[in-house]
Amino acid sequence: MHPRPRRRTVTTMAVLALALVGCAQAEPTAPEQSAPPATTQAEAITVEDAWIKAVSEEEGMTGVFGSIVNSAGQEAELVAAASAVAARVELHEVVTGDDGNALMQEKEGGFTVPAEGRHPLEPGADHIMLMDLGGDLAPGDEVEVTLEFSDGSTTGFTAPVKDYEGANENYGGHDHGAEE
Amino acid sequence: MGGPHPTDEPQREGRLSRRGLLLGGGAAAGAGAALLIGADALVRAARPDATPEGEPAPHGRDVVPFHGPHQAGIHTPPQAHAKFVSVDLAKEVDAEGVRRLLVLLSDDAARLTQGEAALADSEPELALVPARLTVTFGFGRGLVERVAPDAVPSWLRPLPDFATDRLRSEWSGGDLLVQVCADDPVTVAHCARMLTKDVRAFGTVRWAQDGFRRARGSEAAGTTMRNLMGQVDGTVNLEPGTEDFDRLVWAGADAPAWLRGGTGVVVRRIAMDLEGWDRLDRPGREEAVGRRLSDGAPLTGEREHDEPDFAALTPLGFPRIAEYAHIRRARTENPDERIFRRAYNYDVPVAGTAGHDAGLLFVSYQADVERQFVPIQRRLDELDLLNEWVSPIGSAVFAVPPGCEEGGFVGEGLFGA
Repeated sequence: MHPRPRRRTVTTMAVLALALVGCAQAEPTAPEQSAPPATTQAEAITVEDAWIKAVSEEEGMTGVFGSIVNSAGQEAELVAAASAVAARVELHEVVTGDDGNALMQEKEGGFTVPAEGRHPLEPGADHIMLMDLGGDLAPGDEVEVTLEFSDGSTTGFTAPVKDYEGANENYGGHDHGAEE
Repeated sequence: MGGPHPTDEPQREGRLSRRGLLLGGGAAAGAGAALLIGADALVRAARPDATPEGEPAPHGRDVVPFHGPHQAGIHTPPQAHAKFVSVDLAKEVDAEGVRRLLVLLSDDAARLTQGEAALADSEPELALVPARLTVTFGFGRGLVERVAPDAVPSWLRPLPDFATDRLRSEWSGGDLLVQVCADDPVTVAHCARMLTKDVRAFGTVRWAQDGFRRARGSEAAGTTMRNLMGQVDGTVNLEPGTEDFDRLVWAGADAPAWLRGGTGVVVRRIAMDLEGWDRLDRPGREEAVGRRLSDGAPLTGEREHDEPDFAALTPLGFPRIAEYAHIRRARTENPDERIFRRAYNYDVPVAGTAGHDAGLLFVSYQADVERQFVPIQRRLDELDLLNEWVSPIGSAVFAVPPGCEEGGFVGEGLFGA
């Protein structure tokens, strides 16, 4: 077995390939011995252990969690995310509101993924919010999410939907998440 | 029990833990690396890494591979604790629903058995002590029929009625079996909780049964277990890694394609009348079984694994091992009528003076339940003195699919079968 815990890495080669199309006209270069430096922020990004909290269409919104990993020597600025299942997708943080309660709000400027580091997405902390859902997200569904970085590059990943009772922070004074 | 299977050696995680890598890498990478130490690293920091010098590493770190040709938890040397959960699938769950459930369950099991938190794990720290955790899935007829109605093995149905059965529906049947075994009961509880959370959207728990053996390390590995009647239980058993085991436990060419490399499991709750057993003296107890209580040797032998001499007579001319003795009745001349037993004890707390609610979770694996298990049980049902003190009160049969490779899921062969 592996000398250290196994991790799942989810990446979408198709999206990566799209991102590379822009380079297709470049002069062919000799194969390099070491990995070439990433030409876009998205190229160095993978998302590990991604999952989405199951919700019904009526509940309308839910969180995407996991860990955004950056293998590049420079930081990546995640500025937006998108998914076919949601009309609106926002990058959220959780802060303490004036009343002392945890409050979810859009994170200005998005998330910075440190060089050769990771940015965790967790219930009760930074996460990606899927809003105005077009249908139920049922346990076992697989949802594709696209990340967009400040240089305009994008990459995608697939996250399974899981039953989860937490992640019920308030959003703009309204309840969000599953109330059972 | 037999020697460990080659793919089944417990693995101890290396000293180069992820935590070490993260923290070490962080120091080298400078300020930005501080962000690395998020909740993920904090959870990993909770790993019981530190072992005082001179003491053996805790065996809570031992892992059994999840992926492979066979599901773990069958040929794995029995862990100390087990939980068997049977699930009734909701009526509306179709083949696609079954597939989604199995993908979720396999992913959780793949992570938890390796000492990693499951996705959406609400108590990730509890996942860090795998203690040889295995998760084994079995499919009832109700599940297989929803996915591949033409590929149901003929024996996948309730066992025939036996005269000694006192079966209760709350301990019997089910569409899906989840067997969770580990050397640590906290690990079993956490894993079973995560998996039943996966199940919630697809069905309900029909029954759940806890079982235990001796604690790990309290006696030599491979010692035959004792049941709560004090008997050495499971002396004659197929041995993992042998040709007989491979032939009689793993489903072969005569099984539906999706099941090859899998097996069939029988789970029966055998209640013991321990108060009645208390009234029987030691010679009577030994005669009922045909073995000595002290070491499990047959009454005609010296050591546990001595072959019983069923022809031996007492000075008065009676069989030394009685006609009604359990080991005589369980014996067969047909070498194909053999099974692999992997039982656990149960002992449910009872208040007041009602006595004990204790017994045996009889668990046996065999490629063909009808051909291997049923004939043995029929003979025991007809005549076995032990029946005076034991009653089957639960019974369920499941088809156990083969294992899966990384990226796959247990039962995937059923789709497209």
